[in-house]
Amino acid sequence: MRDLSIYIHIPFCARKCLYCDFLSFSASAAEIKSYVNLLLREIKEQSVFYRDHRVISVFLGGGTPSILPAEAVGRILETVREYYRMTEGAEITVECNPGTVTAEKFIDYITCGINRLSIGLQSTQDEELERIGRIHDYKTFLETYRMARAAGFQNINIDLMAALPGQSIASYRETLERVTALSPEHISAYSLILEEGTPLYDRKEQYCFPTEEEDREMYQMTREYLEEQGYHRYEISNYAREGYACRHNQVYWQRGDYAGFGLGASSMVCDVRWRIPETMEEYRAYVENMQESPEAGRDCMDLASWQKNGGKQGVKERQVLGAKEQMEEYMFLGLRMMCGVNCRGFHDKFGQDMEAVYGAVLDKMMSQGLLLREDGYIKLSDRGIDVSNYVMAGFLLD
Amino acid sequence: MEAVDQSRIRNFCIIAHIDHGKSTLADRIIEKTGLLTSREMQAQVLDNMDLERERGITIKAQTVRIVYQAKDGNEYIFNLIDTPGHVDFNYEVSRSLAACDGAILVVDAAQGIEAQTLANVYLALDHDLDVFPVINKIDLPSAEPERVKNEIEDVIGIEAQDAPLISAKNGIGIEEVLEAVVHKVPAPQGSPDKPLQALIFDSVYDSYKGVIVFCRIKEGRVRKGTSIKMMATGATAEVVEVGYFGAGQFIPCEELSAGMVGYLTASIKNVKDTAVGDTVTDLDNPCAEPLPGYKKVNSMVYCGMYPADGAKYPDLRDALEKLKLNDASLNYEPETSIALGFGFRCGFLGLLHLEIIQERLEREYNLDLVTTAPGVIYRVYKTSGEMIELTNPSNLPDPSEIDYMEEPVVSAEIMVTTEFIGPIMQLCQERRGRYISTEYIESTRALLKYELPLNEIIYDFFDALKSRSRGYASFDYELKGYEQSKLVKLDILINHDEVDALSFIVHADSAYERGRKMCEKLKDEIPRHLFEIPIQAAVGGKIIARETVKAMRKDVLAKCYGGDITRKKKLLEKQKEGKKRMRQVGNVEIPQSAFMSVLKLDDK
Repeated sequence: MRDLSIYIHIPFCARKCLYCDFLSFSASAAEIKSYVNLLLREIKEQSVFYRDHRVISVFLGGGTPSILPAEAVGRILETVREYYRMTEGAEITVECNPGTVTAEKFIDYITCGINRLSIGLQSTQDEELERIGRIHDYKTFLETYRMARAAGFQNINIDLMAALPGQSIASYRETLERVTALSPEHISAYSLILEEGTPLYDRKEQYCFPTEEEDREMYQMTREYLEEQGYHRYEISNYAREGYACRHNQVYWQRGDYAGFGLGASSMVCDVRWRIPETMEEYRAYVENMQESPEAGRDCMDLASWQKNGGKQGVKERQVLGAKEQMEEYMFLGLRMMCGVNCRGFHDKFGQDMEAVYGAVLDKMMSQGLLLREDGYIKLSDRGIDVSNYVMAGFLLD
Repeated sequence: MEAVDQSRIRNFCIIAHIDHGKSTLADRIIEKTGLLTSREMQAQVLDNMDLERERGITIKAQTVRIVYQAKDGNEYIFNLIDTPGHVDFNYEVSRSLAACDGAILVVDAAQGIEAQTLANVYLALDHDLDVFPVINKIDLPSAEPERVKNEIEDVIGIEAQDAPLISAKNGIGIEEVLEAVVHKVPAPQGSPDKPLQALIFDSVYDSYKGVIVFCRIKEGRVRKGTSIKMMATGATAEVVEVGYFGAGQFIPCEELSAGMVGYLTASIKNVKDTAVGDTVTDLDNPCAEPLPGYKKVNSMVYCGMYPADGAKYPDLRDALEKLKLNDASLNYEPETSIALGFGFRCGFLGLLHLEIIQERLEREYNLDLVTTAPGVIYRVYKTSGEMIELTNPSNLPDPSEIDYMEEPVVSAEIMVTTEFIGPIMQLCQERRGRYISTEYIESTRALLKYELPLNEIIYDFFDALKSRSRGYASFDYELKGYEQSKLVKLDILINHDEVDALSFIVHADSAYERGRKMCEKLKDEIPRHLFEIPIQAAVGGKIIARETVKAMRKDVLAKCYGGDITRKKKLLEKQKEGKKRMRQVGNVEIPQSAFMSVLKLDDK
């Protein structure tokens, strides 16, 4: 029996943030309701392919999943429980944004089995929040956080961002101090990446962004300060108290099976990747087409044959990963974990030594001081983290 | 074709400054004489390369034979020989003119005489052609036909009062031009009974017929089976086919005789054997003397051409070989660069010729090229008394072995309205020009004469001229000779390694300025690496300018959302793909564009 993580995409937001290039948009209550119905049907229909899997985590991401009525979230999770084998103590996370929740909603979440919250804060400085178009201020966040604790949540992540327009080392430091004072179990801290096509990109000339030097200083400060405060950096941008590393996220880096449901969601099961269509129209057609899926499906092999035949018009970017792609992913995904990639694990999986495949690039990167070798693991050095893109691109094979 | 009465043949060309409407007039003449209907005609029939049509210039001589029913009731054979329109191809122009008996001079009714008008008229008069003017674009609001007529008479000294006033574009006055051809262009001379004497004015390679030789029969006759000899190259062959030129096609005939213009094929494998300007004669009954004016054409401009993808080297070689079949003035030989790998040092008639070859290689042969800065041929006199002709800066001997160097110098004529004389003189000064004279054509226009080093005008002089005169200046030049000059080799060091493909020869006084601009340009072209990269310009080992590409501080991916690994991988692949298009020099990866950027160093 294989482990499965489930990702469920809720593409709705009250308003799109200025830096955001994820798949999200605002919608009416009726549109949301009809989407949830499609989602329920997709989850149900697809379950036949996962009878050999047991679910270790569920993640409702977005968008802003907390924009859904609590009752809808409840129905989604009920459906998952009804049609999938859920393990005892599975990690069930919902992302939420301050200003979209109430105390009652949190209580309902607890009732339907949600045991982890991920709250999008980004900054504790109101002017910084405003510049990037967040819908909330720091005070609203504090209320949200208190309500969550009051409802009984004992595993909370807070999302932070560095390198925001107008942000200074000092203001960021204050954000870190304020957040750690709240003692969340988990903190993720990413640098803002300006994506082309976002409103923030278009008005980038108007703002003063931290320099690259300052960005790296913020990164170092995050690690040093959070470690002082008892948070361990287990992934490039993720920090947790002992025992609270996010299970769901690690599945991505460790190449475990995950099924994504909902608009634009990505999946990887048994070394096959695919994506659900990104427009509502296509998604509807995709879900409605599922009626014809075989009743007798039992495992992910049947999933493959269904995708190739009945479902092929729906699934996008379907890619069967060969040994080459698997090795590349093993390296460039695994290196995001601070423990690094395991050399023996590589050999066990691919029947070849990592050295035989990547000897030259490993030597080069180690001599450049970007990679370190420790106890049978290869991992990024501090400098390697700063230029992780460059390092990871080195592991793509010709 | 039955024998044609010589008195009913007219061999002529059209000469004009660029854009004055030469090709349009040629089209109208062809259309008017009924060879093609206007619907069949693609605009400008004679410019049949895509490139020619796009750039509005004629690169290769084109010829067409048309039949005209004149007002005197007789039928005339017109051979219209369209000449190349650029100074790079001056020699080809002169040979095309030598194949004609008369020329139509097209002058723009608004712009009047320009530098190329003059250069072309003098060239035509040198070949004893009867030149008659036509005033084109008379339907433009700014047309001043009377002023232009007077200008033609005053400046060139040819009769212009009865010049046809036409609009080639709108088909006005074409009939008049055709009648003028009948009356003003003399009929050809020459006897069909004398030994064969034919002028080669162009040739093209055809994969079925071999070389197709374009020629004007001056004396004698030629037909299938005639054994012929090219007098300069010494090549001999037996004629397989003779014929004349339809629009875009070859029409075989029995015989070509004195006064006629046509083609011949003789299973000749290489255009080298049929040099433009050479004389074709009868092997068994040769003429006493070749026709005058033949000369071997030499390349004036050289550059290195390398395949962007090193594996495409054989493809580049094959492509050059094929182009060379059709273009005897293209030269190339293999060379190796430390930075760029295997490629070719190619010689061209001028920068336009270079650009044309480069574009044809890229378009017709689908090659991605890296081109090094074009240079001229320098003469290096060594202390040992030996002289070498330098086409690749990397081959410059050690300074201690050099006695002195010479560079080619051209005589340039620039036609400009008086308000721009100041800026243009300043430009020539900056380009090390030697002032010769100013002649006023009329109160508002002048002809400036300068001597300029060729290497100062090959890249961007024309553009600079246009921009400093708001497009009004026109320019023509010819090679004057070699002069001693204080020249140095400017080397570029990237991360302390000399990059051979970026070296070039420059006048000592400009070295600092050029070096500084090169470094600035390269700083923008070279991406940041993990380490700091110094970019230095050096002359004789001494650093004269420096810039620095700062080390890359961060290169991180954005948040990976909901396990969308495919998108991440695409980003990484893009990064990796970018690297592939780079050239590795030492530890540094240099994008191909950097090698080309040195071509564009003119001040904004």
